[in-house]
Amino acid sequence: MSVQEALPLGGLATGQSGQFRADHVLVAEMVKPGSKVLDVGCGEGDLLQLLETRGIDGRGIELSREGVNRCVAKGLAVVQGDADTDLVNYPDDAFDYVILSQTLQATRQPKVVLENLLRIGRRAIVSFPNFGFWKMRLQLLIGGHMPRTENLPASWYDTANIHFCTIKDFVELCDAIDVKMERSVALDLYGRPVPLNLPWWVWNMFGEQAVFLLTRGQGK
Amino acid sequence: MVGVQSIPSPAITADERSHEVDHPSSQVAQFGTEQPLRLDCGVDLSPFQIAYQTYGELNADRSNAVLLCHALTGDQHVANVHPVTAKPGWWETLVGPGRPLDPQHYFIICSNVIGGCMGSTGPASINPATGKVWGLDFPVITIPDMVRAQAMLIDRLGIDTLFAVVGGSMGGMQVLQWTAAYPSRVFSALAIACSTRHSAQNIAFHELGRQAVMADPDWHSGGYADHGLHPHRGLAVARMAAHITYLSDAALHRKFGRRMQDRELPTFSFDADFQVESYLRYQGSSFVERFDANSYLYLTRAMDYFDIAGDHGGVLAKAFAGIQTRFCVVSFTSDWLFPTSESRALVHALNASSARVSFAEIETDRGHDAFLLDVPEFFDISRAFLQSAGKARGLAARNA
Repeated sequence: MSVQEALPLGGLATGQSGQFRADHVLVAEMVKPGSKVLDVGCGEGDLLQLLETRGIDGRGIELSREGVNRCVAKGLAVVQGDADTDLVNYPDDAFDYVILSQTLQATRQPKVVLENLLRIGRRAIVSFPNFGFWKMRLQLLIGGHMPRTENLPASWYDTANIHFCTIKDFVELCDAIDVKMERSVALDLYGRPVPLNLPWWVWNMFGEQAVFLLTRGQGK
Repeated sequence: MVGVQSIPSPAITADERSHEVDHPSSQVAQFGTEQPLRLDCGVDLSPFQIAYQTYGELNADRSNAVLLCHALTGDQHVANVHPVTAKPGWWETLVGPGRPLDPQHYFIICSNVIGGCMGSTGPASINPATGKVWGLDFPVITIPDMVRAQAMLIDRLGIDTLFAVVGGSMGGMQVLQWTAAYPSRVFSALAIACSTRHSAQNIAFHELGRQAVMADPDWHSGGYADHGLHPHRGLAVARMAAHITYLSDAALHRKFGRRMQDRELPTFSFDADFQVESYLRYQGSSFVERFDANSYLYLTRAMDYFDIAGDHGGVLAKAFAGIQTRFCVVSFTSDWLFPTSESRALVHALNASSARVSFAEIETDRGHDAFLLDVPEFFDISRAFLQSAGKARGLAARNA
């Protein structure tokens, strides 16, 4: 399956929407109200708080102790844990959606994590920074150094992001492990969706980040 | 001659201590022969009594009751001056006006555990069959027995579902036992610095304490009451050893280092030259003024036997299958008695049961005792957890 075949997402909020991040608003709109959701790598709980305003039963896992404690101090159901090692503790079909927001590239085994997401959840929502974004390509091509952006400011030697991929790479992984893309959206540098009538290589070039709504393929 | 200074004798008499055992300065629920307490050891304890304190008012729909469970050497005097020691309540940092557990919003209950010595029936109580102190004739009790007795008290108070059950250490064990035994009666559970099972190391420390008590000739095979004695030296040593496990190397170093007690130079004796020695001796001698030695044996034993997974075919998650209770689990980085790994095992089991759980590890060098001390991050988390649960329970307007 290719990106072009993926269904478009209607009624998107463009750019920053109030106090919430563009990609969070996008993710929240993909979740049906009343669902049970696990946010893996929930940071300080911004997305969980947004989901809570929509009547969604949200839980979280976060690696950093500071992040967890801030979440718990907001009254959120968050536990300290690692996407790579702790997802195995959750039973099959425990959640309607499992969200991995801007965390896939920081996991040690992205493929295993992705498989776990779709075991625990009936659906998974995955967002990640697109390493095929033109600014990234330009830095490597012209600058001759590993790309650094406003959203990913760390140097190669101190970044937590060890498994970067492009939109194209991710689509290929989904195909390889029989994961179906229900919806896919690329956001440009300003958090606006890249127009859907453009070919997928444009997404891969101009999408600064991508958000995918995934389900298990027919084989599962 | 080498100077030796032993632990000072307690300032109060055995008679004064026994007064709180039978006639506590608390409310007392009496359970007659028609309502025996069925113990895990197979004995029906009857009659028995539970001494308890309450703070705040039960609301009209009886939805704001909070049960606090005390730790090994705690009691029901959570937030009032202690009748024996005249010290403030043991959890006034958490309970009181403006605190996370504010009596203005919640009806707070704390009872002395069965087997205790502050008014609930225990080995220091009078055995009605003989008219003498129970001593070692008292049946061995367990954490589930304590919780069963608490459930009978909650029934007596006309409360069906507790808004929250809260406790640390042995109190946390009771919290977890409540959720395993009566999941539908616990809306939210705050389990602090505890574990679902007592570790081998912890059993070993308890055995050390018990042996210290039993090695005191005044113990008289548990029959010291008949001799008008109390094995205060043995119990003080037990307390000193246990107290070390409640702290941390870093906390002891910060508090005392190698500093001398009221002297510049070593005395070349076994006197308490170091501040840390003096501190421990004080902890030992002040403890025996308020605690019964046999009660210490029974309660440490109850903790040793605690193993929720063992009661559920060895699979911890089975104890929490389908549970709707909202959990908050808290551990402290420097707690080596109930280390974070124990809390994490609990959280994994709760995740496997799809339970709603928050889990925070709090950074502090104050060891296991941190849950009783002024640790602002712990209070923020407790407050937020209870408020969030209160909102879900429909208590929000009262908490606002």
